[in-house]
Amino acid sequence: MPSMLEISPEQIEEQRIFREMGLKDDEYASIRSILGRRPNYTETGLFSVMWSEHCSYKNSKPLLKKFPTEGAHVLQGPGEGAGIIDIGDDQAVVFKIESHNHPSAVEPYQGAATGVGGILRDVFSMGARPIALLNSLRFGSLQQPRVKYLFEEVVRGIAGYGNCVGVPTVGGEVQFDDAYNGNPLVNAMCVGLIDHKDIQKGIAAGIGNTVMYVGAKTGRDGIHGATFASEELSEESEEKRPSVQVGDPFMEKLLIEACLDVIQHDALVGIQDMGAAGLTSSASEMASKAGTGMTMNLDYIPQREENMTAYEMMLSESQERMLLVVEKGREEEIARVFRKYNLEAVAVGEVTDTKRFRLEHHGEVVADVPVDSLAEDAPVYHQPSRIPAYYEEFQKMEDYIPEITDYRETLVNLLKQPTIASKEWVYDQYDSMVQTNTVVTPGSDAAVLRVRGTKKALAMTTDCNSRYLYVDPEVGGKIAVAEAARNIVCSGGRPLGITDGLNFGSPENPEIFWQMEKSVDGMSEACRLLETPVIGGNVSLYNESFGGQAIYPTPIVGMVGLIDDVQHITRSHARSAGDLIYVIGETQAEFGGSELQGMLEGKHFGKAPSIDLNTEYNRQKQLLTAIRAGLVVSAHDVSEGGLSVALAEKLFEKEFGCEVTLEGEPVTALFAESQSRFIVTVAPEQKRAFEQSVTDARLIGTVTENGVYRIKQEGVVLEEKTSVLKEAWKGAIGCLLKSKV
Amino acid sequence: MKFAVIVFPGSNCDRDMYFAVKDQLGAEADLVWYKEANLANYDGILLPGGFSYGDYLRSGAIASTSDVITQIREAAEAGKPVLGVCNGFQILLEMGLLPGAMLPNEKLKFMCHFETLTVENADTMFTRQYKEKEKIQIPIAHGDGNYFCDEETLQKLQNNKQIVFTYDQNPNGSVGDIAGITNEHGNVLGMMPHPERAVEALLGHDDGLRLFESILTHWREHHAINA
Repeated sequence: MPSMLEISPEQIEEQRIFREMGLKDDEYASIRSILGRRPNYTETGLFSVMWSEHCSYKNSKPLLKKFPTEGAHVLQGPGEGAGIIDIGDDQAVVFKIESHNHPSAVEPYQGAATGVGGILRDVFSMGARPIALLNSLRFGSLQQPRVKYLFEEVVRGIAGYGNCVGVPTVGGEVQFDDAYNGNPLVNAMCVGLIDHKDIQKGIAAGIGNTVMYVGAKTGRDGIHGATFASEELSEESEEKRPSVQVGDPFMEKLLIEACLDVIQHDALVGIQDMGAAGLTSSASEMASKAGTGMTMNLDYIPQREENMTAYEMMLSESQERMLLVVEKGREEEIARVFRKYNLEAVAVGEVTDTKRFRLEHHGEVVADVPVDSLAEDAPVYHQPSRIPAYYEEFQKMEDYIPEITDYRETLVNLLKQPTIASKEWVYDQYDSMVQTNTVVTPGSDAAVLRVRGTKKALAMTTDCNSRYLYVDPEVGGKIAVAEAARNIVCSGGRPLGITDGLNFGSPENPEIFWQMEKSVDGMSEACRLLETPVIGGNVSLYNESFGGQAIYPTPIVGMVGLIDDVQHITRSHARSAGDLIYVIGETQAEFGGSELQGMLEGKHFGKAPSIDLNTEYNRQKQLLTAIRAGLVVSAHDVSEGGLSVALAEKLFEKEFGCEVTLEGEPVTALFAESQSRFIVTVAPEQKRAFEQSVTDARLIGTVTENGVYRIKQEGVVLEEKTSVLKEAWKGAIGCLLKSKV
Repeated sequence: MKFAVIVFPGSNCDRDMYFAVKDQLGAEADLVWYKEANLANYDGILLPGGFSYGDYLRSGAIASTSDVITQIREAAEAGKPVLGVCNGFQILLEMGLLPGAMLPNEKLKFMCHFETLTVENADTMFTRQYKEKEKIQIPIAHGDGNYFCDEETLQKLQNNKQIVFTYDQNPNGSVGDIAGITNEHGNVLGMMPHPERAVEALLGHDDGLRLFESILTHWREHHAINA
């Protein structure tokens, strides 16, 4: 019998103890009716985590259906650990992004580190070797001491885990805005490489087969983590520090190698990592997917602490654990594979034909529920949505045009904005080269890794300008996908697909739900037009901090592209003096949600820059064709800060100068953030061929040897040594961290 | 010539080292799991980078007590080339095959980027393909790369020409800007920078390849003489 101290089913109902576990009254009622009786304490716990937003997507499911998820090359769409896309030669790329926002807000080092660990397991549990990590981070203002602490510790946590497991952290993005002061975002993405024949599924098939547990022992850390991640942050969140798991990257490294060995073994039937909701989700999902049932004896679960209850074991989110289903009678063969790495694989249960999830502990049945009720029957909510007043007001506003007199000073200040400034302080702490495949290291538009033994390479990036999404979620959603694709194209790659990390406030607030709807609409349309299906992702809601301040809508796009031949790999930096500088695309007076608006006004408002997805698609196609034809020396997309910033960034690596002549109104030409624009350099001998190939390109000047950044329009508009601009850009984040408040 | 790349639990540059030797140098190499090692059959021993045993206790400390260490010591005493890179260097220090110790980087942060090194001694079996005082580009990736030894040891290292590589812009606080040292005999080299990451121009620089070529040509000459 469960411990005498355990709360009785009657008490759970009468005292509404299920509410403390995150279940609503009507959810409890439907659990009662599914079971035909009151659930006991352990069972209530199982339902509470499986029916949390984090595991069930109960608030976001109706929206996720809108995403295009199919494509000719998609081998695995959403639903497994990670999505898979074919890249030819019987090889495929596996990738997924996942958030670890709430844990990182409370315990930034471990929160970020375990975020990396979790996404790695999603990828290697598919049978793929993880080849790259990326991340997408949002913090508040670096003027605040707490934000500095979160930023430094999150970066240290990502480094501490990723460096140790030997998977290079090759790229990502960091943005800073007051909207994230109390609620940072930490999204980690992993990319893996797999041979088609090695693709695994997380299924518990074959009645009578054995369920095995591998990896770290189960402790009391992370209990109810999935529920914690599905609530707003509050003053009490600090007390939930014990809900944050502690990572052991050494154990993870052993698990990676052992699991990649074990997938070659024909006794393996299914494999899944224990992520959010730990043992509960991995076991019940594996059985539910296979249409089977499962019985586990919790006495056999390796335990790190004494006297753990069934409830604690099932809800623990201890890290570095995997669940395997193996052919009956061949357990020792599998155990031997793990023993090489000093890991123990333990038989803990068996696959049954009952379609029930049955747990035993100390000789008693402690839970017995229909397995599909956990994994499939969570309620789906169609939340009400309402257009926020701010949006209607923004739409009525006159176009915002900043007044600027000193262009040079404005450019220097923009380059010092932490969102624009060099992220070297961050990425220097990441091992970006281990595995010796990284061709383009952090600091270019996208990271590029060659595929060893082939001519192919993979380009990868994470992108999302949440300011545009705040002022106009639908347009901003389109831009997020389009910008990611621009970065892939600039690197010489064809976009293959995306994984999305959807970060929003509370879906129970109709205005926030409207943001979610519109963001997904915009992203879906862009994914369809740019031919980048969504192959998986993650939803993180309730990103609100003390006082109900929601974050900006931040649906992060993680995109991977295929480069057919390493010869096509292109970087963002100018490479030779004398090369011609072209801008592709038109510039309009668009400053809503711009970096300049934020810098001058301290807030974002007005209309987002417009985007025409057909124009975007055609331009990307033309540019990629020109890159593949060898007509382009360097390519960079124009984003935050506009053309003047993009141009400066192109020159920094070798401290070249430029001689550029502007057209149109200078403030707009220099700083507006119109979309679908690129800045490229072309060797003079390719001038004709390039101009014929890219019809929207306009020659604006040349790269010079003298190291002076000069922009003219009749007279000189802006002139400064490139080295001075670079110094401002390069040192900004380090300076902000050192400055006393 | 056949190389053994020793793989400890937590090694993570083992495959990089293996590919560098096999694909770029064109020599034979095996990945050798630390428990299953029989090093008598190998002509050169490579200790790769990574986080053996998670760097728990101290970088390289736990690996330096494992069974394979006796065989590595024997190989070193037999005059075979032994190269330890990054965590491999830390293991060689913990074993006492090389003098000194490793401290956390001066700025207490992990760092990863290319560094310019000066070849201080081009007259070793690891560096004969370089010119004395040549500048080469090799990446670093470490958190504990701040080499330390006392004055007396430093003097000895200098007198015996055991300092093989120095940093042009000391990134981690190492004594004497030291990036790599050999033992007195010159057949054991420990270095924090990763030559195996600099063997292909596609990945930035190929200055590291000549280190492996040096080992190979030395071995060939040595064996030609013996034959």
